[in-house]
Amino acid sequence: MEILQPDTWDEALRLKADHPEARPIAGGTDLMVELNFDRTRPPQVLDLTRVGELTGWAPENGRLRIGAGVTYTRLIAELGDRLPGLAIASRTVGSPQIRNRGTVGGNLGTASPAGDGLPPLFASDAVVEVASVRGTRRVPVAEFVTGPKRNAMAADELIAAFHVAPADAPQQFSKIGTRNAMVIAVASLALHLWAGERAVKACIGSAGPTPIRATEAEAFIAGILASEGLWESRAALPAAAVKEFGALVEAAARPIDDVRGTAAYRHHALGVLGRRTLQWAWTQYREEAA
Amino acid sequence: MRLNVTVNGTPREADGVWEGESLLSALRDHLDLPGSKNACEQGECGSCSVYLDGTLVCSCLVLAAQAEGREVVTVEGIAPPGGGLHEVQRAFVETGGVQCGFCTPGLIVASHDLLARNPRPTDPEIREALAGNLCRCTGYEKILDAVRLAAERLAPAEERAA
Repeated sequence: MEILQPDTWDEALRLKADHPEARPIAGGTDLMVELNFDRTRPPQVLDLTRVGELTGWAPENGRLRIGAGVTYTRLIAELGDRLPGLAIASRTVGSPQIRNRGTVGGNLGTASPAGDGLPPLFASDAVVEVASVRGTRRVPVAEFVTGPKRNAMAADELIAAFHVAPADAPQQFSKIGTRNAMVIAVASLALHLWAGERAVKACIGSAGPTPIRATEAEAFIAGILASEGLWESRAALPAAAVKEFGALVEAAARPIDDVRGTAAYRHHALGVLGRRTLQWAWTQYREEAA
Repeated sequence: MRLNVTVNGTPREADGVWEGESLLSALRDHLDLPGSKNACEQGECGSCSVYLDGTLVCSCLVLAAQAEGREVVTVEGIAPPGGGLHEVQRAFVETGGVQCGFCTPGLIVASHDLLARNPRPTDPEIREALAGNLCRCTGYEKILDAVRLAAERLAPAEERAA
């Protein structure tokens, strides 16, 4: 096994082009487990931790461009105000040790349906910036994640950054697990209000082959908010609408039975998470005006 | 491969490190520093916690090569030079926060990191900071006592008087 350690992004892309089998490593929270347990022996490992370009973030045309190597700890500390949904999800990742190393770029690369950082990206219509020596392309996150642990990258490509709009209304995230730390989600839900778009975007995690947008639930609640003028009045949500929203989230999940939980439990839990996160976010939206 | 890394303030060199080896293995098997413990090898238990360039990490999830040229502080580097124990270590001993001792090195480093960042943590903050360190003996209560005691003793004198 050979360790490739570029100092610049250009060098990293050239090395990936020359060694398409190389496995990238940043925080190591996924790849090191595979190495420690003899599950993989790639011919090369491409260490991205010395590439300074990956660890920055900046506003860009009203959105945020966040380098693939920004850790969860930094996302929480530096971007918690602009990306509250992603920050809440980041706080549920592993432990301090894991959050100090793990990155959203890694979550995207691994593309696990249980990646805690993914539902908030889906509920923000985030765009993934992928690069190679051939050039740069931008892929909507829902097209980037193509299946369980599969993504849309070619062998010579690396993840440079993701692009996401800062929140303009409350965002929530909730995750079911056996304890409050160090758990892989049994099920999770990101729910973002987008006041400018007059939209509610909800994405299910860990209950399908990929994160799943609950599009019927989104359309239903957007219709209620519009027809009853609730964005403007900031009045309470009708109880029946909250209940129906939960039922539609529950129906949108495509879970399986596995060691962490049954499909039936996951459907049920997601209905509860749908109602809760909607109520939490809407209560925050109402209080913002007060 | 050869690994050059500064450990506990001293530049060290290790030969014959396998390219896929973790920093934890390099510390234990090549640098004669067995304080960091090898338990889960997947970041779940925190027994291998060390500082890497001042950041608390699980050394089992750091590729040894990633530490090339960087600074590592292990549990062996927590006590003051010249002997004796750090207040965090003393507090663990005094409160009974140590039983079998396997999780202790990781908990010492994680508690040290917490108190450096947040000298007067609340109980929820202590629990959150130590959530990545598993102990199968103590039930954690004595560990929480140890962190509270260490915080008390490490607080600036004027704050203790108040």
